[in-house]
Amino acid sequence: MSSHVPERIRQFILTSYLFGDHHRMPSDTESLMASGVLDSTGVLELIEFLESEFGISVAESETVPANLDSIDGLVCYVSAKEQAGDEGVA
Amino acid sequence: MAHTPQFGHHVLDIDCETEVARIVTTLRDYLTDVRRKGFVVALSGGIDSSVTAALCVRAVGPERVFGLHMPERASAPETIRLSRAVSDTFAFDSEVEEIAGTLEAIGCYRRYDDAVRRVVPGYGAGWRSKIVLPSVTEDDTLRLYSIVVEDPDGQRSRHRLSVDAYLGVVAATNFKQRVRKVLEYHHADRLNYATTGTPNLLEYDQGFFVKLGDGAADVKPIAHLYKTQVYALGEHLGVPAEILDRPSTTDTYSLAQSQEEFYFSLPHHLMDLALYARDHDVPPAELAQALDLDVPAVERVLRDIDQKRRSTRYLHQPPVLVEEIGPGDG
Repeated sequence: MSSHVPERIRQFILTSYLFGDHHRMPSDTESLMASGVLDSTGVLELIEFLESEFGISVAESETVPANLDSIDGLVCYVSAKEQAGDEGVA
Repeated sequence: MAHTPQFGHHVLDIDCETEVARIVTTLRDYLTDVRRKGFVVALSGGIDSSVTAALCVRAVGPERVFGLHMPERASAPETIRLSRAVSDTFAFDSEVEEIAGTLEAIGCYRRYDDAVRRVVPGYGAGWRSKIVLPSVTEDDTLRLYSIVVEDPDGQRSRHRLSVDAYLGVVAATNFKQRVRKVLEYHHADRLNYATTGTPNLLEYDQGFFVKLGDGAADVKPIAHLYKTQVYALGEHLGVPAEILDRPSTTDTYSLAQSQEEFYFSLPHHLMDLALYARDHDVPPAELAQALDLDVPAVERVLRDIDQKRRSTRYLHQPPVLVEEIGPGDG
């Protein structure tokens, strides 16, 4: 796992959804959707970010809250994808 | 709020005549207040606009109601026949405004095709399409839009939408609701009438409308009624049976599209119950029994309700001002 994964994800959330406002940054375990950071368009943006930034392919079956709805979930998901290569992790 | 014991469809029962009287009073009071003379109703051939028109007729008489039929290329062939059945049944004047020419001129169809081509490069003349959401009841995947396309040979395929394709498709189709609203206000201005909006409670609450399109209106007479209740009023008011029996449709995409696959997670009679349960603290287990679903599926339905409320809050918001202006009485 790249040690930069959490930082890159937090930076993306901060710049793409929060206009750089650190005070609105959710905690690592908080739901990004329930806290109002992500809406359905935001999830699409997030998937495109994950695919381009980490060179992974997000399968439809993997678009579940456990993988995408918190910073911790995203870090685990990306790390598992990186370790698994092209294989799915859902 | 305490939850309702013995939860079921009966919680949506209404006294139709009492409800009609309440709405009619609101409609008449509104016209008096704004000094307008009647109502313009855009007729889609669906239940909501049909009931709205019938209520306006009850409020001010057929001579003060003006209907508009506004088909375009993606409209179902039966749309105009059904909307005419409404103006005929309730005996009010109406006009056909074909909007395909305006939509063509403003680039609606071209922009739509361009957006689809971002994910389906071969898309063009002779193809048809619609956007769809996955089922919320079958698994835990997030509800992300895909596009279903059908080539000229009838071969269908489904493709996940990229951000720019999704936004481009929505931005292009929103022209349809907005062009219709432009015409509604034209006729309202010409006649010194008010415009009506036709969302039911499900649509209004869940943000199933286009801002400054079908979401714009002077009065929304059925926005407080669950869809089940709108059907009950329709039957009570004498809306043609064919409209009462017709499945809900968006009538916006070139492939037929139900409201469930486009937006809502359940058929309307079940969605009504889910929304009621969400707002009346009905336990998920009780809702699950009423919907004949398991509890995890019901929890996903409730999650989807909350998510739609958050995502569409923007649609309800008035323009933001930096400070209050004037004495506040308009």
